[in-house]
Amino acid sequence: MGDFDFGVIIQSLPFLWEGLQLSLLLTFLAIIGGLVLGTLLALARLSGIVPLALFAAGYVNLIRAVPLILVIFWFYFLVPLALGRPIGGFYSALIAFVMFEAAYYSEIMRAGIQSVARGQVHAGKATGLGYWQIQRFIVLPQAFRNMIPILVTQGIILFQDTSLVFVVSLRDLMTASSIVARTEGRLVEMYLFAALVYFVICFSGSLFVRRLQTRMAT
Amino acid sequence: MNYNWNWSVLFEPEYFGWLISGLGWTISVALCAWVIALVVGSLVGVGRTLPNRLVSTLCTAYVELFRNIPLLVQMFIWYFAVPEMVPEEAGRWMKRDMPQPEFTTAVVALGLYTASRVAEQVRAGIETVPHGLKSAATAQGMSIAQVYRYVLLPISFRLIVPPMTSEFLTVFKNSSLALTIGLLELTAQSQQIAEYTFQSFEAYTAATVIYVLIALCATVIMSLLERQTRIPGYSGKEN
Repeated sequence: MGDFDFGVIIQSLPFLWEGLQLSLLLTFLAIIGGLVLGTLLALARLSGIVPLALFAAGYVNLIRAVPLILVIFWFYFLVPLALGRPIGGFYSALIAFVMFEAAYYSEIMRAGIQSVARGQVHAGKATGLGYWQIQRFIVLPQAFRNMIPILVTQGIILFQDTSLVFVVSLRDLMTASSIVARTEGRLVEMYLFAALVYFVICFSGSLFVRRLQTRMAT
Repeated sequence: MNYNWNWSVLFEPEYFGWLISGLGWTISVALCAWVIALVVGSLVGVGRTLPNRLVSTLCTAYVELFRNIPLLVQMFIWYFAVPEMVPEEAGRWMKRDMPQPEFTTAVVALGLYTASRVAEQVRAGIETVPHGLKSAATAQGMSIAQVYRYVLLPISFRLIVPPMTSEFLTVFKNSSLALTIGLLELTAQSQQIAEYTFQSFEAYTAATVIYVLIALCATVIMSLLERQTRIPGYSGKEN
């Protein structure tokens, strides 16, 4: 422990920064995609159209029963097969994350949609709004706002989950750290530094969520 | 999309054996880690609610530390970094003589990580017990230990059974991360079958079906437990 080498961390900072950018980009795109798909799944589940609701419930429960690593393996195999050509590791991983996170976001949005009082939907109908108008102008904006703290928390979890692209050697922060760790033989420094970076980002995120919650409660 | 289907590959003795062995490791890692998570998580969760400032701060620090670092990073730190950080003797033992190094490391890493999540449930459970009960017990002359032993814990542990179900399911899913340090659990075995036979679809389907079955079994067990431990008249559902 005496020979902790800060030099190797400083030297590899540009390489790690590239990795972190990939982690953040993947997180950002997967949140957007997961949220859109998740909201559609939640709407489908609450639509009252039986086959649609069953399909959405089946999808969500299936995804929630399997590990993310297996989902990543699935899409790494399925996406090129379905498209007939390889589209690169990043897009396969992105699709896997969107499909995976959509299941979790859909559960959050479902709770959010149900938190909006039924009377408002009826009032919307009474004023002559159609289904999509009611969702667009009345239900979803409120559902979304009520759920912001949980959505952000899920975003933090998603950021941590992106480290799993390690299993398909995509160069995120985790994979970059482990590449340096192996080539330089500096396992302790690199893994502790990666842990520190993840911790600082996720802990700041959770402090932010706590502030949101107190602000919303008052 | 052209793909040669061959489901029978799953039932060839060699590959079927891989799946069964992978299932065995998945269940072993998950259950052993769950025991650690329950013990450590209960202690830490109770510790966070104690009036002693030092203890509650330490327990809060534990939760924040383990919750805000990805499990994969923790797994690597336990496996690659810790043997270098402990005294030389112990490090050498961990690298050479420790029985089943991948399994032991995976159990410890997953157990301590899950403990931070269990601790949050335990703390939430204790905090939902109405404050008056604690005051009443204290007024009876009970010590803090007695208040916890006879009032807070019996109620809160029964209250948190439903949220613990999802933590229990998560521990099985998270055990798949053990493949990153070389443990051939279920996901790793299915990937290995995919690589050996090129029947990826069949291999991943087999793993998916097994995980769904595990989730179903765990849900059934937990809902039986939930029915057994429900406090009559306490929840919003039927008594």
